[in-house]
Amino acid sequence: MLKLHYNLEKLSMGLVGAIVVVASIGGIVEIAPLFTIEQTVEIPDDMRPHTPLEMAGREIYIREGCYACHSQMVRSLADELDRYGPYSLAAESAYDHPMLWGSKRTGPDLARLGEKYSDDWHVAHLIDPRSVIPVSIMPAYPWLTRDLDTGLIADNLTALARLGVPYDDAMIENALADARGQSRPDTDGADGVRDRYGEDIAVRAFDGDPSRLTEMDALVAYLQSLGTLTDAAHEMLAEDTQ
Amino acid sequence: MSTDPKTLPGADPHTGNREIDPVTGYDTTGHDWGGIKELNTPFPKVALVALVLTVIYSVIAWILLPAWPLGREYTRGILGLDQQEMAERRLRDLVALREDWLGRFENPDFTALSEDADLMAIAMPAADRLYQDNCSACHGRAGSGGPGYPVLHDTYWLWGGAPEDIAMTLQVGINAAHPDTRWAQMPAFDWMEDDELSKLSDYVAAMPSGEADPDSEASTLFAENCVACHSEGGAGGLMNGAPSLVDDAVIYGQDTESVMATLRNGRQGVMPYWSERVSDAEINALSLYVSRLPDDGAADGAETVQASDESPAEATQ
Repeated sequence: MLKLHYNLEKLSMGLVGAIVVVASIGGIVEIAPLFTIEQTVEIPDDMRPHTPLEMAGREIYIREGCYACHSQMVRSLADELDRYGPYSLAAESAYDHPMLWGSKRTGPDLARLGEKYSDDWHVAHLIDPRSVIPVSIMPAYPWLTRDLDTGLIADNLTALARLGVPYDDAMIENALADARGQSRPDTDGADGVRDRYGEDIAVRAFDGDPSRLTEMDALVAYLQSLGTLTDAAHEMLAEDTQ
Repeated sequence: MSTDPKTLPGADPHTGNREIDPVTGYDTTGHDWGGIKELNTPFPKVALVALVLTVIYSVIAWILLPAWPLGREYTRGILGLDQQEMAERRLRDLVALREDWLGRFENPDFTALSEDADLMAIAMPAADRLYQDNCSACHGRAGSGGPGYPVLHDTYWLWGGAPEDIAMTLQVGINAAHPDTRWAQMPAFDWMEDDELSKLSDYVAAMPSGEADPDSEASTLFAENCVACHSEGGAGGLMNGAPSLVDDAVIYGQDTESVMATLRNGRQGVMPYWSERVSDAEINALSLYVSRLPDDGAADGAETVQASDESPAEATQ
């Protein structure tokens, strides 16, 4: 075999051909499963897409680079299940473009963060992490209290719809109204966003001030939605560990 | 494969003799750049052996472990290993390991439980871990609370400090999404005139020191608007979430400015509910842990608190 290599090195095109063959095997092994991903990843029936306000928060999450220190994937290891809850399912990030699994955890994993802490806590923690966790090394994000730029919310949904996220025309048309409505309980807008995305979504003045729609509203709405889009992961773990 | 020695690199095309470098003992490639020749140094033996070993290992791994994709299936390997099954099995093992002592917390007879010193020696450090993972973000690592979050190691409780009461609060939360949640709201008194708000704030701020004037206009305002929830004289204790205003333990602060902010904007703090995140037995263990947090703020098993919430050490656990 070594002799074969020795001789192959002297045939430049032969060597190129052999490199292409070997590299292709490595590539195909990684790429081939994606051809059947539609069948292998089952979207649970109760799975909902993010609301427009949560999507705006997701954009801020990406903008501020939260993913650099926080993963959004509970790995299938017993101690992770013990601490964070059910391991993440592929379907849970089926509507994420791009997914934000991450691999580096300077801070804790956030995949099951939704509704773990109160909105007030998130607001205080984002403005100044040290105010609630004295030993935290997380940077402060005090500028999130500024008004949310809503200019791209509907376009964002349109783009995602083209990628296969189930946003219908009514959702795209009412994206801006839904974003405002979700942060203003007891308004028509709040009823509208519940109609379109389900009774279970959180409709609250996330930053404590219903009169303004801020980046804080969006980011906290997004953080409070993490892990709440479907119960499938909880159900599967409960079933399997019975 | 036999090769004619005359065609080997560095060999004399007529005799087949190869030119050996006298210093290293290696032959040359036959290339000659104006007298500079290239040594045909062989690949190091150690690296070659390592390469061959990795190839052998990969073949063994294909046989034993899940490896090749086959459309919608994949080769499962003869060991039949499955990462998710392994994790779930190990989780079951963990649960079984704790069953001995955690199982006893399913019956919330807190007096009996706390009298069992052996049980407490195992359960309280474990409850401390649960506390650090779930509670310390708001209530502090030793139960010391913070602005808007109650101190847990003192004697002031809005919904009761007995383990039974704490367990109920943990189960359903306060102003949480649980259908049976404990509910409380301090409404906004933004309809009051500014001077009324100002007088009332001064009055409430002066209550803990006993210097609030009972004959003032503010006293009347207090009686008309506040005693329904905060009880006669602001003594609290009605188990409705409204704090006592006489013992200076209001979580949002009781100086004039804080009281003014509370009156203007109202307050409705949220304690999430935990019945879906931790088991009933774990909630009972946590309740006992919290009720036993010592008054000086140094938690049971405080020495294990070092690796804390957001530190890198914790993240890798």
